[in-house]
This record gives sequence, structure tokens and C-alpha cells, in this order.
Amino acid sequence: MEKVITHTGIGVPLRRSNVDTDQIIPAVYLKRVSKTGFDDALFAGWRQDEEFVLNREPYSRGSVLVAGPDFGTGSSREHAVWALKDFGFRAVLAARFGDIFRGNSGKQGLVAGVVEQADIELIWKILENQPGTEVTVDLETRTVRCDTVTVPFEIDDYTRWRLMEGLDDIGLTLRHEEDITAYEARRESWRPTTLPART
Amino acid sequence: MGKTLAEKVWDAHVVRSGGGNEPDTIYIDLHLLHEVTSPQAFEGLRLAGRKLRRPDLTIATEDHNTPTADIFKPIADLTSRTQIETLRKNAEEFGVRLHSLGDAEQGIVHVVGPQLGLTQPGMTVVCGDSHTSTHGAFGALAFGIGTSEVEHVMATQTLSLKPFKTMAITIEGDLPEGSTAKDIILAIIAKIGTGGGQGYVLEYRGKAIEQLSMDGRMTICNMSIEAGARAGMIAPDETTFEYVKGRPHAPTGADWDSAVEYWKTLRTDDDAVFDAEVVLQAEDIEPFVTWGTNPGQGLPLSARVPDPQDFEDETDRVAAENALKYMDLTPGTPLKEIEVDTVFMGSCTNSRIEDLRAFASIIKGRKKADGVRVMVVPGSARVRLQAEAEGLHHVFEEFGAEWRFAGCSMCLGMNPDQLAPGERCASTSNRNFEGRQGKGGRTHLVSPVVAAATAVRGKLSSPADLPPAEPTEIGGPAQPDVTIERRSA
Ligand code: SF4
Repeated sequence: MEKVITHTGIGVPLRRSNVDTDQIIPAVYLKRVSKTGFDDALFAGWRQDEEFVLNREPYSRGSVLVAGPDFGTGSSREHAVWALKDFGFRAVLAARFGDIFRGNSGKQGLVAGVVEQADIELIWKILENQPGTEVTVDLETRTVRCDTVTVPFEIDDYTRWRLMEGLDDIGLTLRHEEDITAYEARRESWRPTTLPART
Repeated sequence: MGKTLAEKVWDAHVVRSGGGNEPDTIYIDLHLLHEVTSPQAFEGLRLAGRKLRRPDLTIATEDHNTPTADIFKPIADLTSRTQIETLRKNAEEFGVRLHSLGDAEQGIVHVVGPQLGLTQPGMTVVCGDSHTSTHGAFGALAFGIGTSEVEHVMATQTLSLKPFKTMAITIEGDLPEGSTAKDIILAIIAKIGTGGGQGYVLEYRGKAIEQLSMDGRMTICNMSIEAGARAGMIAPDETTFEYVKGRPHAPTGADWDSAVEYWKTLRTDDDAVFDAEVVLQAEDIEPFVTWGTNPGQGLPLSARVPDPQDFEDETDRVAAENALKYMDLTPGTPLKEIEVDTVFMGSCTNSRIEDLRAFASIIKGRKKADGVRVMVVPGSARVRLQAEAEGLHHVFEEFGAEWRFAGCSMCLGMNPDQLAPGERCASTSNRNFEGRQGKGGRTHLVSPVVAAATAVRGKLSSPADLPPAEPTEIGGPAQPDVTIERRSA
């Protein structure tokens, strides 16, 4: 995973609450077996509308999405994160996130920063009044800067550390493989196994 | 201080403690796979040259992207076929047990696990699917994960996680006649909101929950994610043990006794403290229906379409305006006047045998409303066999419903079962998001009996709205002795 310490890019105001992962990427696009090439699928339903923010310059070149509360609720599909990244997003800011989506983001190097709704409103106004304004998301100081405004964002320490170091989770866990083996040795013998198959 | 049920299960699975700052490493007892969220994870393993650590704690089924008609023909859609074939190849390469289309154990992953007896109290169960919360009905800690985590479990049989917060949801008293488990969970979500459970494991408790069957408990835990929660749990009791006993993978003999002895300890201690608590009175729970485009936008069926102007919170008001526009509904319309084009009886929320029996008990001796399409989709091939052994398929077919093969079907717009743009559906599934059941489709979430009554009247209805039908005799024998040819993947 690539390290992320700070990212600066055009901010995109998405004035919607409860943007579920079915909106971020509809299920028909989940038939693919690859991990990339989902940029056309991002918000596919809403992109049919010419007025949708991502269809408008300069937002179409945005890389920081500023959304309403409860972003990424619903389905566990990690495709939602892949699609956001494929489109060019490196950070999403919202007052609340779906838990699974937030976890998935951290694994894929997409910064999901929790920003107070009042601050989101401030940023929305700037981005709408001055389209093309850049937003800086700084993991070091845990702040978001947009024009004259600087506001804090929250991200848990561990995810922040992994993002800043660009660390792969599996590798980290396997550093302690002996603990897994020891746990397996003391697991109850009556716990079910799928093999041999019984039906 | 005592521990909650969730904490007990968590503590029993700590492989390595993170000491509070770092996440804990948690052992996973059962990993369920399906075709949609696994291919990229298998690919990741392959690229890193890693092995699947515990094939014997892993099981796969085909459900999301499969047809529910003509299942023995090659899958028409090429990308879908590739996805299914990819799962079959991966299962073979990594030695994973797979239940393919046509197999007696195939079906929706969350119906298959419990039915095989693989889901048991006190386990950790994960799947690349948010409705893994279903398995919490057994007192298991069960939750959905993303594809990166699927790969993590494949490689290590563990996950790195921070403990979840705990919330008690107590449903006091008795549920009124005509209200069901589905109405309980829709009422809970309407109360706490789609974000209300974020970061929590919900523990459902109270008399109304204890009185539910396992099928009803699964319906409730299933939709925990719709309240934003990671998981839902119900403490195991005699109902749970009775359900698990004798299933193919249930412990037997002395193992059964040790297991039950342990399972009986899986209750929240009296002096345990939850991070949050919510109480609802069962007496107040009426048949429920959603009017909007998220599962929190629901009301009792006797209500009217709300007016966005009545919402105090601006975000809620805008959300309601958008929802009504998408749903093509006018404020003030009685919900019972809303006409539907389709009734979908299925999904991991409501497709087990009791759900089908409940649906059948309402439609028996009646005819469906003209012009309404009714689809009945069992959750697994085993449920289908059971329903046929009880003669339920005759009830469905005489009513004018389509009796399908097992799968996710119209729960999500992915396989051939989809709503057309603008079509309106009463659905026993779990999500009413825009386009969830097909692009432009409109979804009202309901219980199986409300779905049945709606199919009769053609408008959203509860069974109480129907004129009396002939007495019914649905119920049938317990698990019949059915065998079926196994088709290899
Ligand atoms: S039935 Fe619906 S909710 Fe359940 S696993 Fe399938 S797609 Fe997901």
C-alpha cells in the first residue's frame, strides 16, 4: 500500500446524507472479478443526470469528496472504495461513516476523515461558491484546510499510523503467526469444521 | 464488573491482545464465501504466494449472481458466468468446500450456515457480506467484512479489530397478533435510525425476543446492519439448542454435552454494563412498512406518507424530500392505498421455511390481485425441498405466484431477477435503497404476512385488511428425509 501523509486536491461537495454503497456502486457492476476499472461505475445511477456534481467541471477532476452524514452505509462491498479510488478520490470527509466502509477505506489507502457536520457545511459553501478550490487533508496534524478554513478531523490512531506507513495488514498479523498456532492448539475440539462435509 | 454476551465471545477469541491502543487479533471460527466478494481476495492470496490457512473452517456457496429459473442451463450473462466459474476454480485450487447451483445445500450463504449446523453459539463468524449479522441469532459474534479482510481471514484465520461498543435493545412484553419479527426490527431501525447502531454490537433481549423462533431471531439479527450496527446478537437458550441439535455439523455425544455446558454460560451477566440501552414495548409494534429509500424511513402500515415539512432536522427533511421524489409518493396518502406491481418473498431476511409457511398461510384459498407479479424464492435448495415436501409450492402456484430456485434473487439488482424502472415492489428483503432491486425500482420493505396480504389486495396491506379466507392447514412435518443428487462444481 502506498503511504499517505497529506493529500491536496479539488474538493467535491456532495450534499446528500445516507449515501449507501449501493449508490456508490450499484450491484450490476459487482460481477467483475478484478480489483480495478470501476471508475465508470462510481455513482452510476446519479451520473445519468448531467447536473450531478461529478459530471461538472472542475468537480469532475476532484479528489476529496465532502459528503453528508452516514456515508458508505449498507453493503460491505469493497468495490465502493475501489470505485472511489479509480475515479481519483484519495479522501472522503463526512460527519459519520458506515463502519465497514470506513474499515475498507483504511485498507485501501483512502482516507475517511470524520469532520463535524457544521464544518462540512462550511466547506460545502466554499466549494460551491468557488468551484475548483483545493482541499488539503493532513494526516500528520489531523486537519482539513480549505481556502481560509482549517478544521480538525478524526481518524483512529491505528488506521492513521498504517496509512502513514503504508503497511499491509496481513503482513503485520503474520509477524505473530506463532500466537495463531498457539490459539489453535487450545481451541475446543468440538468446534465445528466444514470438512469433511456432512449434509 | 460482569461481561456482556458480546464481550464474552470476543474475549474467548483473542489470539493476541493489542493492549487497548492497537487492535486485538481475533480468531475466526467460520468463514463464509460467495462469488461476489471473494475473487479479488483469492487473487490477492495467489499474488502474495500465500496459502488458505484453514480450508476446514471455510465454506462457499453461489447465491448473489445466480439465476433462480432455468438453473441447469449455462448462465446467460457472460460476466456473471465468469464470476461463478471463478469461484468454482478458486474453490478447487484452494480446497474449499463449495455448494454450487443445483446442489441440495446451495443457497443464500446466511441460510446455509445455520441450516447445516455450522453456525453455533459463541462462535465468531465472518463473510464478505454485511448481512452476516444474521448468525448472531445463535449468540455468535457474526459480522460482515470487506474483501481486504476476506483475504486477511483466508491467510491468517484472524482479523485485527478494535472491540465494538455494546448496546442493549430490550423488547418488553408480548408482540400483538399479526405483528412479526420483521416488524420488530423495522420499528427498531425507525427508532434509532440508520446510523444509530454505528460501532455497536446490538444485543436483543426481553420477553418478545425470547418468545421468537430461531427463524424469527435470524430476521431480527439480519437487519442489525440496517441500523448501522456491526452485529446483532441474541443469547442462546433452549430454543437455540433445540434448533442446532441433530443438524449435520452439530456436536454429538459427549461433545454435545460439553458444548451445551459452555453455551449456557453465554449470557450477559446481571452486573454487566452496556454502552447504550434502548427499550421498546412489544405491545406498540404494529405491522410496519418503509415509505422511503433507507430502512429507517418506515412507519406503521396504518399511517400516511409523511410530509417532509414536518421533519425538524434539515438533513432528515432533505432526505425525505429526495425519497418521496424517487418513490413517487405524495404526502398524506394512506400507506394502505399504495399500489404495487410486484411482491418479492425472499432474501436472507425472510426466506426460511417459517417465512414461506407464514406467506402461504395468508394466501391459501385466495387469488393474487390482477396484474401483480408475485415471486416466491426460497433461501436455500434445502428450504425449497422442505416446502415442496409440505406442499407449499402448490399453494404458491395456485395463487399465481412464481416458485423459484434458491438465491438472493430480487434482493439486489445483480442477477436476472430485477425490477423495471418505475416498478413498485413490496419486498420481504432488507434494503430499500434507490435502485437496489433494479435500476429505477421502488421498494417497500415488509414482513412475509404483509407481503402476502399485499399480493392479495394489490395495495400495501396487512392480513387484518383481508376478508376471511377458508381455514388453512399449513404446517407439515419436520425435516423430511429428502436426498438429492449432488452435482459437482
Ligand atoms: S439475500 Fe440480499 S441481503 Fe441477503 S446476502 Fe443476498 S443480496 Fe445480500
